[in-house]
Amino acid sequence: MRKFTLLDGLVVPLDRANVDTDAIIPKQFLKSIKRSGFGPNAFDEWRYLDHGEPGMDCSQRPLNPDFVLNQPRYQGAQVLLARENFGCGSSREHAPWALEDYGFRVIIAPSYADIFFNNSFKNGLLPIKLDAAIVDELFKAVAANEGYKLRVDLERQVIATPDGREIAFEVDAFRKHCLLNGLDDIGLTLQQVDDIKAFEVKHRAAQPWLFA
Amino acid sequence: MNAKTLYDKLWDTHVVRQDADGTALIYIDRQLVHEVTSPQAFEGLKLAHRQPWRIASMLAVPDHNVPTTNRSGGIADPIARLQVDTLDANCAEFGITEFKMNDIRQGVVHVMGPEQGATLPGMTVVCGDSHTSTHGAFAALAHGIGTSEVEHVMATQCLVAKKSKAMQVKVEGALSKGVTAKDIALAVIGKIGTAGGTGYAIEFAGSAIRGLSMEGRMTLCNMAIEAGARAGMVAADDTTINYVKGRPYAPKAEHWDAAVAYWRTLHSDEGAVFDAVVELDAAAIRPQVTWGTSPEMVTDINGRVPDPDSAPDAVKRGDWERALAYMGLTANTPINEISIDKVFIGSCTNARIEDMRAAAAVAKGRKVAANVKLAMVVPGSGLVKAQAEAEGLDKILIEAGFEWREPGCSMCLAMNDDRLSPGERCASTSNRNFEGRQGQGGRTHLVSPEMAAAAAIAGHFVDVSQW
Repeated sequence: MRKFTLLDGLVVPLDRANVDTDAIIPKQFLKSIKRSGFGPNAFDEWRYLDHGEPGMDCSQRPLNPDFVLNQPRYQGAQVLLARENFGCGSSREHAPWALEDYGFRVIIAPSYADIFFNNSFKNGLLPIKLDAAIVDELFKAVAANEGYKLRVDLERQVIATPDGREIAFEVDAFRKHCLLNGLDDIGLTLQQVDDIKAFEVKHRAAQPWLFA
Repeated sequence: MNAKTLYDKLWDTHVVRQDADGTALIYIDRQLVHEVTSPQAFEGLKLAHRQPWRIASMLAVPDHNVPTTNRSGGIADPIARLQVDTLDANCAEFGITEFKMNDIRQGVVHVMGPEQGATLPGMTVVCGDSHTSTHGAFAALAHGIGTSEVEHVMATQCLVAKKSKAMQVKVEGALSKGVTAKDIALAVIGKIGTAGGTGYAIEFAGSAIRGLSMEGRMTLCNMAIEAGARAGMVAADDTTINYVKGRPYAPKAEHWDAAVAYWRTLHSDEGAVFDAVVELDAAAIRPQVTWGTSPEMVTDINGRVPDPDSAPDAVKRGDWERALAYMGLTANTPINEISIDKVFIGSCTNARIEDMRAAAAVAKGRKVAANVKLAMVVPGSGLVKAQAEAEGLDKILIEAGFEWREPGCSMCLAMNDDRLSPGERCASTSNRNFEGRQGQGGRTHLVSPEMAAAAAIAGHFVDVSQW
């Protein structure tokens, strides 16, 4: 997994609640057996005016000029500012794959769906929860200031605004550790192989039918 | 001893180790696998030269991509075919049991698992699919995971997790005629919202829940994720045990009595404390119909499409306006005046034998309305299909003008050819009415199988309780 330590990134505002993972990456792209290459199809139905299918050259497709990601001032954005319950619906990890492949490293929203939140951390993507009132202020600040950037410091758990204000955020200690160091979860768990084996012996004795 | 919730019991019996900050390693008893969220996990295993920890804990089935018509020629779409072939190849390579596309046991993964007895009370069950919450109907701890976690469970038999909070959703009283588990689910989501259960595991309790069949309990737990809760669950009782008995993967005679004795402990203790409690009166629930693009945008059959001017805040107002524009609906339209173009009866929510029976009972001796272009019934598995055919349900439905299809996820998410065209309006027994879910520009209204069948006959939504 790609490390995340510090980012000074342009912010793009996606001003709607309950953005679901079907919207982030529509189902037709889930037929891929790879975990990369989903970026051009992130938000496909909102981003393009035609119907997208796997294998199309997205650089030739008509863009929806009303969709915020297509506006010139937000090109190159790495921070996605969103509303409540971001990433709800399907558990498809293709959603964080698509966001990461598009170029996002940070999402800021008041709340997330649990599975999406969890999946993001496994892919070098940092989802930050902030109070709805602060998120609302950020939406206003982004709208008012072209080129609005935020500096996200995971080690210190603070976001710095262009006017020098610092906003603290919470992050689970284990997830922070993995993200800062780009660690593979599986490798870490396999360091506990003796514990797992001991548990399995006990579990098998208690519920032998699970192992029959 | 402290009184425990069902969730406490399931969690406690699966903790391998737990750190001071609450981060735990949880042992997984069953992993169900399908073609869409597994190829990258298998690839990851192979790249790291790792072997699955316990192959017998895995059971695989292709369901999302499979065609629901004529399968004799295989899958026409080459990309979909490659994904299903990849599942076949991975299962063959690692020796994982798979019910392939033309096996009678093939079906939607969340129909197949319980039907095989592969989901048992007291288990932890995961699958790379958010509707894994379905299996909680068996007093199991079951939830969806992403592909990285699919690989993690394959390699370690464990998940890294933190315990959720516990919510009790208590539904007391008797359901009215024509009101189903689906209506309870939608009514709960309407009450607490699509994020109301985020961070919680929900236990459904109360006399109305105890009165549900296993099929009904699965429908309800299936929709827990639409309320934001990764896991939904129902205590084990005679209904649970009778359902499991005799199924292929159920405990055999030598273990049966011990298993049942243990399963009978799988309920919340008297006095157990929940972090949140939500109560509903079963008798007050009417047949539900969603009007928008999120399952929380729901009302009952006697309701109207809401007016964005009455939305509680500006964000909601914007969401409602966008939803009405997408759905092609005008504020204040009575729900029972909304005409439909297509009907889909199927999905991991509502494609079990009871759902087939309910649809057939409504359709019997009637005809699908002329304005309905397609009314399709997609059984949840080959075994559901065979059972329905043995009962003559297929004939009733076909005579009424429904199409009777092969099992799979079908138009719940439209990965195969079953999909809505832009602007088409569908009465659907599935679980998500998101924009584009059933096809780009398609308009989905979530309902029960009874309500979907009645809408097919009437050509518009109609109160099936008055049928």
